[in-house]
Amino acid sequence: MAIEKRYEFVMLFDVENGNPNGDPDAGNMPRIDPETGMGIVTDVCLKRKIRNYVEITKENEAGFNIYVKEGVLLNDQHRLAYEHYDLKPTEKELPKDEKVAKELTGFMCKNFFDIRAFGAVMTTKVNCGQVRGPVQINFARSIDPIIPQELTITRVAVTNEKEKAKGGHEMGRKQIVPYGLYRVEGYISASLAQKVTGFDEKDLELLWEALINLFEHDHSAARGKMATRKLYVFEHDSILGNAPSHLLFDTIKVFKKGDQPARAFNDYKIEVHKDAIPESVRFIEK
Amino acid sequence: MYGIELRVWGDYACFTRPEMKVERVSYDVMTPSAARGIIESIHYKPAIRWVIDEIRVLKPVRFSTLRRNEVSTIISASNINAAMKGTKSIYLNTNKDRQQRATLMLKEVEYIIKAHFEMTQKAGETDTPEKHYNIFLRRARAGQCFNQPYLGCREFPANFELVEGHTYQTIKETKDLGFMLYDIDFKQNMQPVFFRAYMENGVIKIPDELQRRVNR
Repeated sequence: MAIEKRYEFVMLFDVENGNPNGDPDAGNMPRIDPETGMGIVTDVCLKRKIRNYVEITKENEAGFNIYVKEGVLLNDQHRLAYEHYDLKPTEKELPKDEKVAKELTGFMCKNFFDIRAFGAVMTTKVNCGQVRGPVQINFARSIDPIIPQELTITRVAVTNEKEKAKGGHEMGRKQIVPYGLYRVEGYISASLAQKVTGFDEKDLELLWEALINLFEHDHSAARGKMATRKLYVFEHDSILGNAPSHLLFDTIKVFKKGDQPARAFNDYKIEVHKDAIPESVRFIEK
Repeated sequence: MYGIELRVWGDYACFTRPEMKVERVSYDVMTPSAARGIIESIHYKPAIRWVIDEIRVLKPVRFSTLRRNEVSTIISASNINAAMKGTKSIYLNTNKDRQQRATLMLKEVEYIIKAHFEMTQKAGETDTPEKHYNIFLRRARAGQCFNQPYLGCREFPANFELVEGHTYQTIKETKDLGFMLYDIDFKQNMQPVFFRAYMENGVIKIPDELQRRVNR
């Protein structure tokens, strides 16, 4: 049973001495808006982490496969095979096109969490070959301008004979943001869930869980200390919703306390203007 | 004929030029096709057909760039079939299938879309223009939508508001924008249709001829 209510969410996450999202255009420096100096984390970066979370927590569960993977071949063959008996195999002859296409996309939505949530481009002729998923995520942006820092590091081992002959240590570079609090907003369309991918309550719970624990299983040398600090959810009481999303997002304001550069989550103050939220929208703090 | 005006705005937008879609480059302004998509995400039924009359530009045209890791492959029907039969496992290997692609996108955009709708042959007895007009107004006023509309790509969401009794200043810029996508003609085997777009004092009028002909 697909979800029956529209949702919006605001998530705050921070980074301490790490690089939340490198920019391939700038030698892997943290992404930055050149005009304002605000840090950016792309939507696809966060979606990758959601996929990773679901992949590790739901490893053996049918219906929670992840389509877009990072090169790990898990043995999901047999899982797919028994799932398929729920669906009629494609008929050899007519009816062609639309019915077959629906069956194929249905199969993909049923098996893959990421397709159910985010959609996918499939060459199956329905809706120009695209399945739009209900979950839509913005770019995350830092509250204040970030000042990325480049650290030079050394390694005692060297790569090859030539380097060895030169003597000394090899040098490397590491880019970090000393501290940054980022805000990201997202939308979940109940109508797309119902009409297209079948994203249900269980999937929704998993998505919240994934957002809360997004960085817990994503530690690495490059990321530093990252954590989800707050997740605010706006639950409308209907499929189409009760209020414009931008007004809901505006009810959450984040300020920096004092004049010093922020170095911790405590340096920020969050104000939630609950009185500006219509009664028909349930505000949930996760 | 009922007309509506919708103000839409957002931090970023990318109305990709079809001739430069490998490394996406946005048009200077919103295309009629993107405008139609925004309106249809608020209200659409096969009984009606939205026609874009005018696009008004309220903020100066500014660009910004962004490079991301993307994958090139799309899911093929034969692979899904094989997976359904249990002979093949399917996934995308993002390490092997990686492409870095840049996007030249617009920054801080704001437009007013002027549009109207016509009834189609699929309209039933209960489908009166008044009904659909009022549904649209109700939804747009309440911020309701089928899915959150977006400015060209889904990662660039559009905020929207019905324009009622408030006037907005367009930018004072007059420019020949060159050939621009009008829409995809779904009735002519998905053929793209182009038009010569002129912006006069921030206003782009969409030629009547195309509105009458395309996707009719």
